[in-house]
Amino acid sequence: MAGADRRAAREARQRLLPQGRLAGPMPWVIAIMMFLTVLTAAAGLALGAAVRSMGADLAGRATVQIVEADAEKRAALTQKIAASLRASSDVIAVRPVAAEKLAEQLAPWLGADAADADLPIPALIDVDVAPGDQAARIARIRQSLTALDKAIRVDGHAAYLEPLTALLAGLGWLAAGLVALMAIATAAIVVLAARGAHDSHRPTIEVLHLMGATDVQIARLFQRRIALDAAFGGALGFAGAAAVLAALGGRLMATGSDLLTAIGLPWAAWLALLALPVGGVLLATLAARWTVLRALGRAL
Amino acid sequence: MATIVQFENVGLRYGLDSETLSDVSFSLHGGGFYFLTGASGAGKTSLLKLLYLAQRPSRGVIRLFGEDVVTLPRKRLPGFRRRIGVVFQDFRLVPHLSAYDNIALPLRLSGMAEADVDAPVSEMLNWVGLADRAQARPATLSGGEQQRVAIARAVIARPEILVADEPTGNVDADMAQRLMTLFEALNRLGTTIVVATHDLPLISQVAGAQMMRLDKGRLADPTGSLRYPPRSQDMG
Repeated sequence: MAGADRRAAREARQRLLPQGRLAGPMPWVIAIMMFLTVLTAAAGLALGAAVRSMGADLAGRATVQIVEADAEKRAALTQKIAASLRASSDVIAVRPVAAEKLAEQLAPWLGADAADADLPIPALIDVDVAPGDQAARIARIRQSLTALDKAIRVDGHAAYLEPLTALLAGLGWLAAGLVALMAIATAAIVVLAARGAHDSHRPTIEVLHLMGATDVQIARLFQRRIALDAAFGGALGFAGAAAVLAALGGRLMATGSDLLTAIGLPWAAWLALLALPVGGVLLATLAARWTVLRALGRAL
Repeated sequence: MATIVQFENVGLRYGLDSETLSDVSFSLHGGGFYFLTGASGAGKTSLLKLLYLAQRPSRGVIRLFGEDVVTLPRKRLPGFRRRIGVVFQDFRLVPHLSAYDNIALPLRLSGMAEADVDAPVSEMLNWVGLADRAQARPATLSGGEQQRVAIARAVIARPEILVADEPTGNVDADMAQRLMTLFEALNRLGTTIVVATHDLPLISQVAGAQMMRLDKGRLADPTGSLRYPPRSQDMG
């Protein structure tokens, strides 16, 4: 009974403003803004995930170069360093790169000469660094090996991709900035729509005021209607963006590229995207409430 | 009877124009029946607007129910407005609401449970003879029907003061008589009635009613002692 009464009271309150949408094209504009916001946020989240994925893959790897022109000395030094690395607690795997494999990789540039034993090609040892602060571990490895011989260089793999990860991180921040700008633009649209709705219903509002309606009672009428409009626009925009993202994801997977498939959206990112339309409705509701209360505050 | 409305040297000016109301001072007692009369443009509607808190004066003091409402914070105004019923000259019915919903407005705004709304609204619709037009929108009602809805809406919440601006302007003589009978009945129940009107025979119908006469924004009897009952030659 109490539930039925509340429902009837709610329906009666809803009738205080004319049925139907309040603010003309606002839901469609919100749909477009939400579509763009979700796509931008998805790009930012995907780039962030890619940066983390690449960082995780590369941060734990390093290559030791033994730059020694004398082949015999180079071989002896390689064995010594490999043994030293295996004994180190900072290292979990040591893989000396076979000379044949190096020659094969250099062949596109050096041709058949790459296999010439007289060509002084540095020896390489791939190292997997133990988990933890891997940058610090690599620094320790470098320090200990260069102490053994100055002909040794240690390159962390993360350094190779640092410019790319910096670019991706920058793009991620750009995406975050765009999302913030679109949220501000959406709030501005709602403020304009709420002002318009308030102005067009001014006679009704005056009557309600003179009968003793409080500002909050009147603001609730507008915020509820605008929240419904925003929910419609937000859901539409999100659905459109989700369809585009799903299609793009399929295309990325089809490329088979490790780099491109790293640009994926983890489930947590989808949850974050799902929060956008919810946040949009909340933002629209608060913006509408603030606008109407402010407008009402100017009247007696 | 306690004084429930007190105006002291009230002036009202719209923008930079000359004062619409000047040095208006009077007191209304709880349970009284008052007519406000005067020529068109004398300031009757402006005075009523001050009374039902649609306007603040440019100067002077207005006390309602013992409190100074000129300096009252906005957030406290709704509580005072709920104690005042208003019949507007132009009815001001909400156009997209049915007659039923228009009449129910004050009850719903005051937070009355929906289950308790129907009985008084139906009774009021019956009383103003519009039971069969309950679901009609104002645009489909005649001027007289709209005015009856406006009156029903003004009195349904049993206000302590009922302010009516030309309430009989659009109704026939029979309906005017019924309205005055309702106003007298409400007055007997303790509601203070303030009616602005040009309808001189109407004024003389209400025994014991007092009259204020406005002339060019000033009370014609500045002594503050409201004359009663009105004589036809007093009403310019």
